[in-house]
Amino acid sequence: MAEIIDMPKLSDTMSVGTLVKWNIKEGQVVAFGDILAEVETDKATMELSCTVPGTILKIYAPAGQQLPVGAPICAIGKKGEAAPEPTAAPAPKAPKTAVPAIPEKAEVSCVPAAPASSGSLSPQSDASRTKASPYAKRMAEKAALNVAALAGTGPGGRVVGRDVAAAASAPAAAAPSGPLNVSVAPPADGKGIQPDADVPVGGMRQTIARRLLESKITVPHFYLEVEVDAAPLMAMRESLNKRLAETGADAIKLSVNDFILKASAEALRRVPAVNASWAGTSIRTHGAVHLSFGVALEDGLVTPVIRDAHAKTLKDIAIEAKALIGKARSKKLTPAEMSGSTFTVTNLGMFGVTGFYGIINVPNAAILSVGATIKKPVVDAQDRLVIGHRMVIGLSGDHRVVDGANAAQFLQALKQLLEEPALMLI
Amino acid sequence: MAKPAVLTHPESLKSPAGPSEYAKDPVNASLSKAEKIALYTKMARIRHFEQRCIRIYQQGKIGGFLHLYVGQEAVAAGTISLLGKHDHIITGYRDHGHGLMVGMGMNECMAELTGRVTGCSQGKGGSMHYFAPDKNYWGGHGIVGGQAPLGTGLAYAVKYMGLKGSCFVYMGDGAVNQGAVHEAYNLASLWDLPVIFVVENNGYSMGTSQERSTAHPGCLAKRAEGYNMAWDVINGHDVYEVRAKTAIALKRAHEESKPTVLEIFTYRYFGHSMADPDKTYRDKEEIKEYRDKKDPVLAFEQELLREKVLTPELSLQINEAAMAEADKAAIFADESPDPTVADITKHIYWEEDNRGPKTTSRGTIIFE
Amino acid sequence: MAVISYREALRAAMREELKRDDKVVIMGEEVAQFNGAYKVTEGLLKEFGPKRIVDTPISEAGFIGLGIGASMLGIRPVMELMFWSFSYVAFDQIVNNAGNIRYMSGGLINCPIVIRGPANGGTNVGATHSHTPEAILASHPGIKVVCPATPYDAKGLMKAAIRDNDPVYVMENTILYNDKGEVPDEDYIVPLGVADVKRVGTDLTIVAHGRAVITSLKAAEILEKEHGVSVEVVDLRSIRPLDEETILASVRKTHRALLVEENKPFCGVDAQVAYLIQSKAFDELDAPIHRVSSIDAPQIYCKRMEDLQMPNVERVVAEALKVLA
Repeated sequence: MAEIIDMPKLSDTMSVGTLVKWNIKEGQVVAFGDILAEVETDKATMELSCTVPGTILKIYAPAGQQLPVGAPICAIGKKGEAAPEPTAAPAPKAPKTAVPAIPEKAEVSCVPAAPASSGSLSPQSDASRTKASPYAKRMAEKAALNVAALAGTGPGGRVVGRDVAAAASAPAAAAPSGPLNVSVAPPADGKGIQPDADVPVGGMRQTIARRLLESKITVPHFYLEVEVDAAPLMAMRESLNKRLAETGADAIKLSVNDFILKASAEALRRVPAVNASWAGTSIRTHGAVHLSFGVALEDGLVTPVIRDAHAKTLKDIAIEAKALIGKARSKKLTPAEMSGSTFTVTNLGMFGVTGFYGIINVPNAAILSVGATIKKPVVDAQDRLVIGHRMVIGLSGDHRVVDGANAAQFLQALKQLLEEPALMLI
Repeated sequence: MAKPAVLTHPESLKSPAGPSEYAKDPVNASLSKAEKIALYTKMARIRHFEQRCIRIYQQGKIGGFLHLYVGQEAVAAGTISLLGKHDHIITGYRDHGHGLMVGMGMNECMAELTGRVTGCSQGKGGSMHYFAPDKNYWGGHGIVGGQAPLGTGLAYAVKYMGLKGSCFVYMGDGAVNQGAVHEAYNLASLWDLPVIFVVENNGYSMGTSQERSTAHPGCLAKRAEGYNMAWDVINGHDVYEVRAKTAIALKRAHEESKPTVLEIFTYRYFGHSMADPDKTYRDKEEIKEYRDKKDPVLAFEQELLREKVLTPELSLQINEAAMAEADKAAIFADESPDPTVADITKHIYWEEDNRGPKTTSRGTIIFE
Repeated sequence: MAVISYREALRAAMREELKRDDKVVIMGEEVAQFNGAYKVTEGLLKEFGPKRIVDTPISEAGFIGLGIGASMLGIRPVMELMFWSFSYVAFDQIVNNAGNIRYMSGGLINCPIVIRGPANGGTNVGATHSHTPEAILASHPGIKVVCPATPYDAKGLMKAAIRDNDPVYVMENTILYNDKGEVPDEDYIVPLGVADVKRVGTDLTIVAHGRAVITSLKAAEILEKEHGVSVEVVDLRSIRPLDEETILASVRKTHRALLVEENKPFCGVDAQVAYLIQSKAFDELDAPIHRVSSIDAPQIYCKRMEDLQMPNVERVVAEALKVLA
């Protein structure tokens, strides 16, 4: 049977060879060891010697052609035999054993998990990185302590096991000895407005302190304000609540804040540039609106998050907000419920504050601050002096992400939605 | 013993092979016709197996090194055909011929070359590491001369156990300058060990000729005198001569427990290994001269034709059968599976492969 | 229970195995007539004769290779290297042959050899005679390495090594040869791959092997008495196989690890132990893993400096205090 001779592998690094010269012709009889051709490899020109005695039936590759190793170059067989059809350089036969599947690297989320009591992601900056030994971290987690809030007595300020042990046994967390030397004379009459005392700061206060300081220092805040005619809103609220009350005694009651949350989501839909985060070399835009809102507790403030607010109705938002407030007050919020927001709304209207500007909840690009609705003299469309019900809304924006114009457009949209709530239907 | 007048290797190439002077030697005359045909068949099988390997190597299926024995067949055939129950052999990396001679199969040998699990070392050794301890064949070694102390140790063990036997330590002409070989010579002679050092002198240690690598002029075996050992030189194209002279050394080993150094003049047609462009150190004419005048397989064929033991038809039949056997082995190798990833960490430690009530090792021995 | 020296313990092990198995042969330079360069084999020639106790010429590659070849046919040679520093002369045989033959033959052959001898510095003999090659040897799959630190371990490990069917290399120590300790009279072995907690403690784990164990025990005394620290000392005993569990259990208890070795730092045994601990006990660590190795230079001749170059008690105490900081 005829044998096809392939371009041989003449050195271990050879992948192609050039057939420089044929020493034989078709029809010639060749013996073992006869030189068939000269082949140029990456290293030298070598002689190709015959390993199959017989007659040259066919030459497939002309002199001068460059071919990959394994490509057919000629056929040798018995005289008169038909030359076989050359197949292209065959793919190397796969070995019988299956190549072991290299296990896919588990999807590693680049987003660090939010620490338990903070609201959302903290930026990667050295100031916020806590050095703690792996063992200390584990102990802290078990004791539900925030290792970042502990003072480290290990080398380089590292938090080590004994620090966590000390913090866990003494309820007062070890306060970092800062440069704050507060020395103030106590009341001369001995009966002051409150005790002179060093009240230890717990985990929540520590976290608030750290995160808001960070926000204030690292985010370039700018402030815009808009005054909204709250009368249409109040009217809608009253009529909707009456309707809801008809469904039963335990019917949900919509609050002003619920409307503002819904309107914020809709305003973001119209000006989505504000629903973004600064990511260093890029701005990350968020498709979902996860709204967080402030809930005051006796020892601090938490910001639970309503996820996918853009896809929820006013009623859903109201129900969810009420549930979250309840959980916040009973300290039952989970870390997931306190993290991942894209926009924050705070409201001090219930205290009569007429207007204010909040500190941005990093990595949100803005925070909305809602004041109380108050009666005041206003000029109406017909230039008459009338009584108006006005609400001042402030927006603090992160100038790296949002420019004045965007922020203004957002506030404009929000104002329109609040003054003409029916617009939220389209 | 008679020392030939001509003691340098290239000289031995010049005269063409004639009828063997050793045909009448008792060790050869006592062979039956069947035994002579069997000996010729084994030599032909080595020749065709090795030549079939060239094609597989050029197809890129054999990785690493391939050191061919073509032209040296009579050395392995002649010496190994004398082995008894307690005679052992060990060699360097030009080891295919020795393996086939002791009775290893072409299938397992070919499959080992392509790294298959059906290979004689389960794909873990390769061309340089054929082993068959059940046939008294202890490898197949890659470091030049490294096998000399090992073989001396095998002979030591045979003597220690009070058996009448020996160990043949094969090496090339390049190995005789390695320190380990000299240490082995010294120990074999000092302790009267039944070692037969066989220097397969094919004229070149890789690309360096004997004149350029060895200070001692003349034949390499003569250095044995420095170690107070017996020595001899043999024309390696003549399998009868190989048998006749080796038999003397074997008798010395069995009956006196003393070592011998045998230098066998032979030749290799191909480079040191397949990766060796041998044009840099020798002429094509030299190769052709040996092939035409002193080819050992051809010479023995002529001898047996003269003795009317072989006929041209029988010879052709034997050669074609050997070629067919090699072809089948190539297909077997191609179709065999590779070892698995789990196999990589097997056969490292006897204690790990044979865990049982008697093995006491604990702890981690294979690390990740 | 008898109190005997480390040297005597080794000798007892060899004697008992020579009696137990007639394939055991002791071989090496000066082991027979001279009674051993360090007298470890003293008296064995007289008891067992020249066939079992064999003097070799100065020819490490030759006689070690010979022993390996003989072992393939079932002989069980126990070969002495006068110093493990001389192993490099026979490196090809020790590593390429003994370590690989089983593998390259696909499991058809095994080499039940023991190579033994002192592997230590601290004896003022200079750079070429003071090597501790346990890490280099243990890095080759196919080879086993043990390092006894006490007479009890020396006898038990030597017997286990001789009975083991794979190449086992025993790293002894000339300085420890005279150390005395309790050794049972009855037959016992110390299995390969089992470490030993030589001192129980709670504040710090010291992992060591060979003479560094003795040094670490002394350092632990000082740390307890003068610094009020409770130190646990883990003696590896066996380098390959390695008892990972005992090391990890100790670190899980104390949360701090100090590794002490006579090896030079680069890729010494402790480099592997450090990888193990950080890989499998990361969350237990209250401090980074520290290490005291010999100072990274060829072994210096000047005796006072060599004592500083070695992991001495002062350096171990100082480093331990750093880990505990």
